[in-house]
Amino acid sequence: MKIAVCVKQVPGRDWHPRLDGAGTWIREQDAAFEMNEPDAYALEEGLRLKEKHGGEVVVCSAGPARVAQVLREALARGADRAIHLESDALAGADAGVIAAALAGAMGGEQFDLVLTGLQSDDQGSAQTGVVLAEALGMPHATIIMDVQVDQNHLRVKRELEGGWFQWVGMPLPALLTIQSGINQLRYATLKGIMAAKKKEIRRVEAASLAAPKQKIAALYAPEKSKKTQMIAGAPAEAAKELVRRLREEARVI
Amino acid sequence: MILVVAEQRDGKLNRATWEAIAAAQQLAADGQVSIVVLGANIAAVAGELSAAQAREIVVVEAPALEPYTSDGFTAALAQVVGELKPSTVVLPHTYQTRDFAPKLAARLDRALVTDVTAIKTIDGSAAFVRPMFQGKLTADVVPQGETPHFVAVQVGSFRADQAAKGVSPAPVRALAVAVDAGAIRQKPEAPFQEARQSVDLSQAERIVAVGRGIKEQDKLPVAQQLADALGAELAASRPICDAGWLPMARQVGSSGQTVAPKLYLALGISGAIQHLVGMKGSQTIAAINKDADAPIFEVADYGIVGDLFEIVPAIIEALKQP
Repeated sequence: MKIAVCVKQVPGRDWHPRLDGAGTWIREQDAAFEMNEPDAYALEEGLRLKEKHGGEVVVCSAGPARVAQVLREALARGADRAIHLESDALAGADAGVIAAALAGAMGGEQFDLVLTGLQSDDQGSAQTGVVLAEALGMPHATIIMDVQVDQNHLRVKRELEGGWFQWVGMPLPALLTIQSGINQLRYATLKGIMAAKKKEIRRVEAASLAAPKQKIAALYAPEKSKKTQMIAGAPAEAAKELVRRLREEARVI
Repeated sequence: MILVVAEQRDGKLNRATWEAIAAAQQLAADGQVSIVVLGANIAAVAGELSAAQAREIVVVEAPALEPYTSDGFTAALAQVVGELKPSTVVLPHTYQTRDFAPKLAARLDRALVTDVTAIKTIDGSAAFVRPMFQGKLTADVVPQGETPHFVAVQVGSFRADQAAKGVSPAPVRALAVAVDAGAIRQKPEAPFQEARQSVDLSQAERIVAVGRGIKEQDKLPVAQQLADALGAELAASRPICDAGWLPMARQVGSSGQTVAPKLYLALGISGAIQHLVGMKGSQTIAAINKDADAPIFEVADYGIVGDLFEIVPAIIEALKQP
């Protein structure tokens, strides 16, 4: 089975956002980038399916030169090769632009199964996978928690809201967006890191990108919906003060 | 004209539809919206929707639309949008919308803005406010290109009770669309719950919830002791349940339970939007987090920035004093 896993590189969890001069995107030099977490689960699922059914895992990413780092990480975890669709203009691009670019670079490969995370931890529009499925002419299912493959047929467990699930069948080739927690992630071994150095990263120049469908007019710190009372002081004092306020002001304990 | 896509399952209207109606009415210059509902056996849902102040309720009934599939809904709604020619299509950003709306917008080559929490006007055009970077930042997004633009509103961001009702029922009209059942590639089975919810967090008066800040499973007793001292239920954000440290039945958020206790005490939870939607209705929210910029503090009444492993034992100690 020929499996593609699409990953995105996003700012890490401990990053404190700062804005660029225009106030419409982040100052990228402040961010330590890492693999988007749901994409890491998609990669793990791809590796497990390959171990079970054989074949190849090709990791794909659309973004500027820095993206090569997450591709190398994916190769170290066990992906066989990588496709890097490279353009600086892809850094803050919307889902439609990224999906169109990926479709262009992946179209000739004839993948049986395309996996990606259900959404990215940066723009978080939860669209790229589904738009890519449409561009590749594949059926899709979203927010997947289990994948069963039988010949040319898929049976996947789709998460619904509020603790409900549903199994959905569909023919291959297909695209799935993977939910975090579907599996337990593996980490790269030293052997994997060494082996990754010999693996291919195919760079594809993004010649022309699709027209953007979204314009970020402004990016800013969220407005608080409540007036938060911040309690300062040493742990013992702050704790005592919190308990006092919960008892006397909020009257909830 | 603004078109709202209602969501129903088994003839029962999803309440988030009224939130989408409220958002659409806010967006419509003349306050006029139309509402479309798709499925089979949906006459009762159409009747319920006709209470809204709306130009019309459009009913698209076809056997191939029940149960829901992304292929079926994409094909049907592409025809509906072509027929009705709305300027904007508003949907509730549910899991079902996440499944089909990007495909629908892509097929029509139109913009879709998701997770919208508010609507603004910038230079005469509508701009849609939505979280980015896990809620650390907020963006004003202006959809580009030809209309209709698709807008999916975050559940809980617009108030269902603010959807205007009409003085008389809105007219209900059937619209025939051709949906080829043979072209639907997804074959869904019946929805199910994994196990009977062993814990009903929605009934808890007080909840102590833990997030990534708890760092390891062995540290959970710290939170459990605080829950015991407060007479509270222990709950968690998704990553904790993903890791198997607490059962899924104790997860609060869009994929878990929605809670509104008297007190919600969040320990080491950053406050990603998927978590906030499950708890922001709590009466009083207190948060302890090492990161002063954590989005949880935007919904908290009380906040302490610091190390939960120092603060939680101090709270337990303080609770012993009358």
